[in-house]
Amino acid sequence: MHSNNKVLAILKAASAGTLLFLHIPLAIILLYAFTTDETTYTFPLPGITTQWFAVALARQDLWAALALSVKVALVATAIAMVLGTMAAAAVYRSNFFGRESVSFLLVLPIALPGIVTGIALRSAIGGLDIPFSFWTIVIGHATFCVVTVYNNVLARFRRTSNSLVEASMDLGANSFETFRHVVLPNIGTALLAGGMLAFALSFDEVIVTTFTAGQQTTLPVWIFSQLTRPRDRPVTNVVAMIVILITALPIFLAQKWTSDSSDANENGK
Amino acid sequence: MFKFLSTYLYLRPKLVLGLLLGPPMIYMAVVYLGSLASLLVNSFYKLDSFTGLIDRQFTLETYAQLFQRSNLDILIRTTTMAAAVTITDALIAFPLAYTIAKVAGKRAKSFLYLAVMLPLWSSYLIRVYAWKLILSKEGIISWLFNLVGLNPLLDWILSLPNIGGSSLALSPIGVFIVFCYIWLPYMILPIQAALERVSGTLEEASSDLGAKTTQTFFNITLPLSMPGVIAGSIFTFSLTLGDFIVPLSLGNSKYFIGQAVYSHQGTSGNVPLAAAFTMGPVLIMVIYLLIARRMGAFDAL
Repeated sequence: MHSNNKVLAILKAASAGTLLFLHIPLAIILLYAFTTDETTYTFPLPGITTQWFAVALARQDLWAALALSVKVALVATAIAMVLGTMAAAAVYRSNFFGRESVSFLLVLPIALPGIVTGIALRSAIGGLDIPFSFWTIVIGHATFCVVTVYNNVLARFRRTSNSLVEASMDLGANSFETFRHVVLPNIGTALLAGGMLAFALSFDEVIVTTFTAGQQTTLPVWIFSQLTRPRDRPVTNVVAMIVILITALPIFLAQKWTSDSSDANENGK
Repeated sequence: MFKFLSTYLYLRPKLVLGLLLGPPMIYMAVVYLGSLASLLVNSFYKLDSFTGLIDRQFTLETYAQLFQRSNLDILIRTTTMAAAVTITDALIAFPLAYTIAKVAGKRAKSFLYLAVMLPLWSSYLIRVYAWKLILSKEGIISWLFNLVGLNPLLDWILSLPNIGGSSLALSPIGVFIVFCYIWLPYMILPIQAALERVSGTLEEASSDLGAKTTQTFFNITLPLSMPGVIAGSIFTFSLTLGDFIVPLSLGNSKYFIGQAVYSHQGTSGNVPLAAAFTMGPVLIMVIYLLIARRMGAFDAL
């Protein structure tokens, strides 16, 4: 029993270490938003200031990048929610030939390296002489967003008894009424959670975007340019902090909405 | 009208299936598989070195270029990095995944789960940026080494060939640390999910039959959780293979596959060579996925 306690203690210490490893960098981001240092990343911070928040908020290029990112993410998420739910419903309802392949095809865009999706779309866009635009970004993003919605909704379908649907139909509701009043409320939170994760995925995407965006700058593309050639360090620090705080919100909500039926486990991303 | 349509559809489940499955499958087939096909086709073209235009004739010359020393080095360097990151992440991830799945109580479990989800879904670029702050010459790691007087150790690590560089923020070891950090949650979650599925009764039976805790772990728990490890490794391996952000932000001048693809299609317009380069990761990942599916890893995704 004594050695068991020892193993347990080591296990807990290792777990705590991993948790710290995961979270300290996020804390560092929050800290650096307040540094007075303009040219380096000196630690300990030479001084504390809040002046960079005002500077960052006054930057028009940042607002434009943010607006583009939000628009792209909203449209890509909408497409993903429709397509993902349809695929989940099909896979759940019936046992057809090639059912496994559906999951395989949907998971492929996130299982293959992002650069493959990016360069593949780029070569197709180039080959067809389609001009780069807002829509080329959206179409690229939707391909890898579908699977998050699909996974969430399918997991919920599997937990929902089909007898509810049959009962609704027996009581005289048609397919559309059944969908509206029985199916949708049941999958609602899973759909929303999947949608939020899809939004987060698109909002943060940079690799595929660099290949499908042409001259357009989304927020991640802006941040990426600062990573390779840091010109506005203090402004980037503030942007980093704001992005971390904003992206934390959907995660808490998605967790909350799916936790009652605990299908969040199957997000997998 | 609705009523009629509803009845009509109810009596034809195959039509409904087609209507449901059609749009997502057509979208994925046209946009995604179509693009992949176009990529494959492009890899059999070549860039005319005189005109700078793409010569649309079937040729294997572009693939032959991959076996030039410098390009082969890129492929080997990237695959080695992906393997090192995957193994390291599996080792780091397992204790935490085990704690979440088998040790923690209900409340601690949901707290820990959230604590893993939070970094996973936080901005990838910002997390890379955080490490630029941490690893830079004047940053927190150098400060820590200074504080405990281990500067010589840091200098020694940075002086190692193939690993070191001018600072942690500009070296292969920096790239390695950041890759391990960024993809770690992708390893923790599938392992945790797989461990949840290992029935406690099996472990009890093992210990009832006289196995020690460690014996039970290595003979029962670990083998049964392997699908989770493989599922996680799909992510860590694949994501490392295709990433160009981390080496571009933190690496030195030695390229990884992602950077090679990025620069070939970008500045030099050599789409065929970029396409041929990506076929390496595609081939590796397709084989990997097929093996993983056979081993039941998809249930743990």
